[in-house]
Amino acid sequence: MDFNLSEEDLELKQMARELAEKRLYPIAEEMDEKGETPRELIEECAELGYFGFTVPEEYGGLGMSATTFMGVLEEICAASAGFGITFSVHNSLCCEIIKLYGTDEQKKKYLPAMAAGEKIGAYCVTEPDAGTDIASIATHADDKGDHWVLNGTKTYVTNGAFAGVFIVFAKTDPEAGHKGLSTFIVDADSDGLMVGKAERKCGMKCSDTREVSFSDVKVPKENLLGELGGGFKMAVTILNSGRIGVSFQSIGIAQAALDEAIKYSKERVQFGKPIAAFQAIQFKLADMATKIDAGRLLAYRAAMLKDAGEPCHREASMAKMFCSEMANFVANEAVQIHGGYGYIKEYAVERYFRDARVTMLYEGTSEAQRMVISRDLLRE
Amino acid sequence: MIEKKHHDFRNEVREFMESTIAPLAATLDDEQRFPGEHMKPLTEQGYLSMLIPEKYGGRPTDTVSYSIVVEEASRVCGSTGIMLAAHNSLGCFPILKFGTEQQREKYLPRAAKGELLAFGLSESDAGSDAGGTRTMALKQGDHWLVNGSKCWITSATRAFATIASARTSESPEDREITCFILDKDWDGYSVGKKENKLGLRGSDTAFLHFDDLKAPLDSQLGQIGEGFKQMLITLDGGRISIGAMALGLGQGAFECALKYSADRVQFGKPISYNQGIQHMLADMATELEAARLLIYEASQMKDAGVPFGHYSAMAKLYASEVGRRVAEKALSILGSVGCLTGRYPAERIWRDVKLCEIGEGTSEIQRLVIARKLLKDLATV
Repeated sequence: MDFNLSEEDLELKQMARELAEKRLYPIAEEMDEKGETPRELIEECAELGYFGFTVPEEYGGLGMSATTFMGVLEEICAASAGFGITFSVHNSLCCEIIKLYGTDEQKKKYLPAMAAGEKIGAYCVTEPDAGTDIASIATHADDKGDHWVLNGTKTYVTNGAFAGVFIVFAKTDPEAGHKGLSTFIVDADSDGLMVGKAERKCGMKCSDTREVSFSDVKVPKENLLGELGGGFKMAVTILNSGRIGVSFQSIGIAQAALDEAIKYSKERVQFGKPIAAFQAIQFKLADMATKIDAGRLLAYRAAMLKDAGEPCHREASMAKMFCSEMANFVANEAVQIHGGYGYIKEYAVERYFRDARVTMLYEGTSEAQRMVISRDLLRE
Repeated sequence: MIEKKHHDFRNEVREFMESTIAPLAATLDDEQRFPGEHMKPLTEQGYLSMLIPEKYGGRPTDTVSYSIVVEEASRVCGSTGIMLAAHNSLGCFPILKFGTEQQREKYLPRAAKGELLAFGLSESDAGSDAGGTRTMALKQGDHWLVNGSKCWITSATRAFATIASARTSESPEDREITCFILDKDWDGYSVGKKENKLGLRGSDTAFLHFDDLKAPLDSQLGQIGEGFKQMLITLDGGRISIGAMALGLGQGAFECALKYSADRVQFGKPISYNQGIQHMLADMATELEAARLLIYEASQMKDAGVPFGHYSAMAKLYASEVGRRVAEKALSILGSVGCLTGRYPAERIWRDVKLCEIGEGTSEIQRLVIARKLLKDLATV
């Protein structure tokens, strides 16, 4: 497999890096402390096409590959992983599922507004009692002839407060197990859609996470996404996309943490020399860099397989599990290298340490990834 | 090696910590607030005078019991745990060990009554390299003139006095370091910026500044030039308590995850039915027990009067890394809810426990202490 990025990929990655350094990094700490993302930032990124990265050009997007998008996501997450998740969920989950499974009408109706950043996407799968076990979803949609009626509660909904479009997974046949799960596009202004209060989190604090509940929400028939009963299969396919996204979020956090650690270790003088002169620190840096590179290779392999239309289930899970655990390892070491300064908010590694944590949990915990990978191995 | 009295003592301490300290833990973290209301009950229990002899109003115990108190406090509230550890091991101990009778009589009864003592070693440019201290104390007639700043001071705002290290020779090459006991109400003593920290947010961490502070000659602790050695001896004991703190935090995270795993149902059964979860729990419990044994062993060595510095470094190194690993695993078991602040204590503990790998010597410094001792022993065989 050729892991070299194209000229265009590199150019877009570089542009994202410049944007991130200029616009995002300087306000990242403040966004974290306040727990919010300025609307102007979303608009500015939308103007650059960041909210329709992989949306086909005919629907107003940039029509880029996942591989290209991942380089950009990495750079954004290096500056602010919390902002990264805002548009990662929008692109990798919401735009992606409509792009893959939507009818031409659904694509025409939703994708241009989403690509323009006018309608931000939110993805509603997890429920209080249905986390790793997706098939046990309790939210249900009842067929009322000319429309569906949706009832239930979803948790951990990113972008909940300001999303224009909610992708909702609900049971349409409670007796049929995971085959009874279907997917709906729900407009934010639907009656009965209620957004809860913002969750307080250890990291990714500038991203918006809420509970969203649906109480007798009427959904037009034409808003069923994909096949009736096809929700589980779609969720699993889109999870690949999401997992590749989380891999690159993790890589972005880890790379930024390593960069800060290298910089600090060269500046910080103890015992008459920079701490980078100590082997204990040098070896940490070597381990951190090696793991980041290994993660990057795993993640690009998964992204490239996906772009090639090849199965990438196992590879996406491996990448996600490895990269998220790697990011936690690297962020921890970066804090350690900073000593006491790693423990306070003036230094970015404190934020990276907090932000890295959730990468091991969402889009399937590490344990869920191990289930996927081992099942795949044992099936062969 | 653990006696029945320690077992009974733990039950008593746990009951107190759960009823009195635990209810406020999440609030302190949220509001970055010092647990002022804990001071009276902690004093009444004798937990702020565990190293102080009775003649100064203390309630002295053995070091295992002291470790149990720090462990049990940290199990429910890390901020309270570190406050206890810093006051007893770093504040009271050096005065008792190196102070004159007059100094003991001046400070220890107040400390025993619940007024906090602080310890100022680190500076912005002198962290792991504590010998690189820049704070200066120069003898001028009937007083010492002290200038400099100390950072990462636990209970900085509250403490009525601090032990501080300073260079006492004007020659830049001369690393003569001497310790002083400086009173908060002396002119030139001020509390600086409070730190906004990842965890232990209820602990009062700030800078202390000394600007032309005139300290009386009898504020000198022990002999001139003995300061660095005194600090190292103090840290030998202090590290046991940081280990105990990490152990308590880890224990709290473990219990939280254990209970959650039995309650949380996925795929039609509690997640604790999964071998992947069971083995994590088994590892967590085993590592915590190993850490506990190291800490109690170091505690008993200290009481037995045998060299224990490398042992307390091992206990601190191992317990703090175990504490962090256990907290990480606890969050994994909790899944996404583990990342929500204020929902389960494991999230707060995960932020709190990271400090144990940094404070009172980073893990890298512990390894250095241990390796030096090993190689020195080899050379003297």
